Amino acid sequence: MGKIRILIVEDEPNILESLSYILRRANFDVAIAANGLEALERLSRTKFSAMILDVMMPGISGFDVLRQVRADRKLCDMPVIILTAKGQSRDRQIAHEAGATEFITKPFSNADIIACLQQVTGTG
Amino acid sequence: MLHPDLVIAICLAYVAILFAVAFAGDRRARRDSGGWLSSPLVYTLSISIYCSSWTFFGAVGSAARNGLEFIAIYLGPTIVFVGWWVFLRKLVTVGRVHNTTSIADFISARYGKSQTLGAVVTLIAVIATAPYISLQLKALTDSFQVLTLPRGAVTAASSTIEPDYVLAFWIAAGLCVFSIIFGVRNIDVNERHHGVVAAIAVEAVVKLVALLAVGLWVVGLSDWDPALVFAGAPASIIDPAETFGPRWLTLLFLAAAAVICLPRQFQVTVVENSDNRQIRTASWLFPLYLLLLCLFVIPIAIAGLERLPAGSNPDLFVLTLPMQENYNTLTLLAFLGGFSSATSMVIVSSIALSTMISNHIVMPLALRLSLLPQAGAEAMRHFILTTRRCAVVFVVLLGLIYLRASNSDALAAIGLISFCGVAQFLPSLVGGLYWSRATAAGALVGLVCGLVLWGYTLVLPSFGGTALMSASTIADGPFGVLWLRPHALFGLNGYDPLVHAVFWSMTANVLLFVLVSLAREPTPLARFQSMLFVDVFRRQTETEQRIIRRTARIADLRQIAERILGPAEATALFADREVRRSIIAGDNMISRVEQRLAANVGAASARSLISRVVSDETISVQELKRLAGEAEQIRAYSEELERKSRQVEATAAALAAANQRLREVDAQKDEFLSQISHEVRTPMTSIRSFSDILLAEPAMQEEQKLRFLNIIQNESSRLTRLLDSILELDLLRTASARHAPVDFDPEDVLTSAMESCEALAHTAGTTLVRLRSAASVTLSGEPDKLAQIFINLISNAIKYNDAPKPKVSVSSSSSGGVYEVRVEDNGRGIAKQDHERIFLKFERGPVVGHQGAGLGLSISRQITEQFGGKLFLDESGKSGACFILQVPISGREG
Repeated sequence: MGKIRILIVEDEPNILESLSYILRRANFDVAIAANGLEALERLSRTKFSAMILDVMMPGISGFDVLRQVRADRKLCDMPVIILTAKGQSRDRQIAHEAGATEFITKPFSNADIIACLQQVTGTG
Repeated sequence: MLHPDLVIAICLAYVAILFAVAFAGDRRARRDSGGWLSSPLVYTLSISIYCSSWTFFGAVGSAARNGLEFIAIYLGPTIVFVGWWVFLRKLVTVGRVHNTTSIADFISARYGKSQTLGAVVTLIAVIATAPYISLQLKALTDSFQVLTLPRGAVTAASSTIEPDYVLAFWIAAGLCVFSIIFGVRNIDVNERHHGVVAAIAVEAVVKLVALLAVGLWVVGLSDWDPALVFAGAPASIIDPAETFGPRWLTLLFLAAAAVICLPRQFQVTVVENSDNRQIRTASWLFPLYLLLLCLFVIPIAIAGLERLPAGSNPDLFVLTLPMQENYNTLTLLAFLGGFSSATSMVIVSSIALSTMISNHIVMPLALRLSLLPQAGAEAMRHFILTTRRCAVVFVVLLGLIYLRASNSDALAAIGLISFCGVAQFLPSLVGGLYWSRATAAGALVGLVCGLVLWGYTLVLPSFGGTALMSASTIADGPFGVLWLRPHALFGLNGYDPLVHAVFWSMTANVLLFVLVSLAREPTPLARFQSMLFVDVFRRQTETEQRIIRRTARIADLRQIAERILGPAEATALFADREVRRSIIAGDNMISRVEQRLAANVGAASARSLISRVVSDETISVQELKRLAGEAEQIRAYSEELERKSRQVEATAAALAAANQRLREVDAQKDEFLSQISHEVRTPMTSIRSFSDILLAEPAMQEEQKLRFLNIIQNESSRLTRLLDSILELDLLRTASARHAPVDFDPEDVLTSAMESCEALAHTAGTTLVRLRSAASVTLSGEPDKLAQIFINLISNAIKYNDAPKPKVSVSSSSSGGVYEVRVEDNGRGIAKQDHERIFLKFERGPVVGHQGAGLGLSISRQITEQFGGKLFLDESGKSGACFILQVPISGREG
């Protein structure tokens, strides 16, 4: 069984770098997208086990990407972890309604991210 | 002598002719209202009933006894008619406008439709007319008796003739029949009796012709020589000194009053009047008639005194002179003249009085005692007509009784008693027309006192020592109280009884009328009526200005109208489409019905009838004022309310706007905080994450470790800058509220801003140049804020310039009221799609490694907008970025 493939969608380069670093360290196969459009493009080409999705991005926001993913029959079962700097409960609710599997606020602990990923992908 | 049967036959024939004329008149009037019947000539001739048998026979008698005294009886009416513009015009107009039915109706209507007043006036009129009617009966009887005496007996008997009361009775009965047939045949709208008027006009011609014929014949006896005519005149006849004293003036006054106040004169002058044209003609024609009538009085009197034996009755000279000379035709003509004067007077008087008695005594009593027939219109009409017929009989009978009871032989004396009685109406009548303050109480008290004094000083003594007033009372006063003697009241001695009576009754009447009127406020209705009468020429109808609001059910009104007027008349009255539709009658309708009823039963009774079904809302002047005040208050209050509600609305609108603004601001705040949170959390996330990595992997490659630490450091300084920017933003917001704007030269600010950035440029190795400078201009605002923009723009240009030989050039200009500053760099520029985005909060320039907090341009733009200006990027497509600031020049240039 190959590596579990994860897509990280994040416009902030430093966060993208740290995330991909720790996920590789945790033995995940990591693909990255710097914005929503890029993410959807990648999703249409490759199948991922899970996706870590930032909300505030230029162009298509994370929530919009999530809604499209959930509307897609092939992708609707994929676990999506919403990663956001907006910690308000309202955002949490929007994320839930849009179909987020998990919701993690920035700044996050690396261990939490890995644990969460392992949980949603059933690889713990 | 003439055979009695012949005289009776001639009388009946004459009466038949009168019947024919009256019938013709009535028929003509029914066909069309007017024609010759309403001509001024007929009207004037009808007024000449003033000249009753008293003037026909009595003037000669008076002349024979008292000389020129009789002139006053003609002069009084002449003055009134010649001066018609002053009084008669108004009286007649008011009477016509208000459908007056009699003098009692007039006075009662004027004083608030007072029933009491109407009754008192009627009472006085009846009492005053009785002697007058008896006078006519006496003249008729005497003349008939004299006419049928043998020639030789005439002179002897004429002075001592014993009245034939049986004859008088039959004459009275005949007059009653004529009056009833023509005067009380129907109930008329305005009590106009065209048939009767036509008949009395004919009679007026007959009496004038008769008297002129006798006069001319007498003059002819003297061979048409004026000198001869007056040759045998006794000194008393033509001596003015004897004549013109207080008594003459009194007579003048009484005659003037009588021509208006006598019920029959009021009837023909006011009630029968149909337009002012009639009275205009009468104003000269009636005096002319009087002149013709008195032209031969003196010659006839002189001839009588000369030719007839001493002791002959001068009151019958007109008749006895031609008789003496055997001129039978002339005698008969003279008799018919006297007959005409007497009958016309009795007929019109009885008609006028019957209307008054029925309207002002019987109807009010019947109303009060609920004696009115309930059966319907026909029964009601029958009731009224019967009442009037009985009243005619009663009035004539009263004259008959007076004839029997009194002992005054002279016609003139009896007539003057009547004159004095009706003169009592004068104060109320004149005051009512000219003095708006006159009240019913004043009129009533004046009338009653006048009546009492007249009765005491003139009427009762005229019976000459009968049971009514003993001879001793007349001589020594009642119970011997001298100052109460009827002919010398309160010690007023030495005057003619007539002068004495007129003086006391009129003085008391006028004085009390004025004083009592002044003592009490008139009722609102009386005030209203007085206004209608006094201001008749200004206000023609009652309906124009009502201060009394009334309502009544149409059905009730109609029931009354049907009872009094009959179904046909009532249907016509309620024919109005508007009236038929409604249930409640308004004031106009009620007034119309009331006026129509008043024509039949008099104003007071009509009012009384109407008031039973009308809910009356009499508004006093105080009430009106109060209502007006209340209305004013309500109006002011509602205006105030309106104003307040407008205020409340405005406040609510302002509140809603403020709320909206608050919600917007709140949303902005949330958005702002959310953004701040995001902006703070983003570098923190990197720091936290890389710290975690570094902690978890101590054995990391040095190069890798350094790179991660570098990121942590960068993100930390980004955080610091971010916090600085937030503080800056806050300062900016609070500052904007604190400082008042000042006028300043932005060139100075730009120069010092460039100096501030000099060090930064030097460090970055950037060349900072000033190109063009604007002429000195003035801006209004805070110079520090503008400096902040300049520094922000210049420092951005220095920081983000990645050109190998970085250069920033600043230029300024002013044209068209706009001050413009350009900050240009030679870097790689900003992509067109990012031109607007970079002005948003937290948007950063594309150059990695030089990331600011992303607030600078946002703030700069905000400040620019406070100056009313614009901040934007030049889109001319040159390499490098060029920020342009444009601010309108507020003050004067230069």
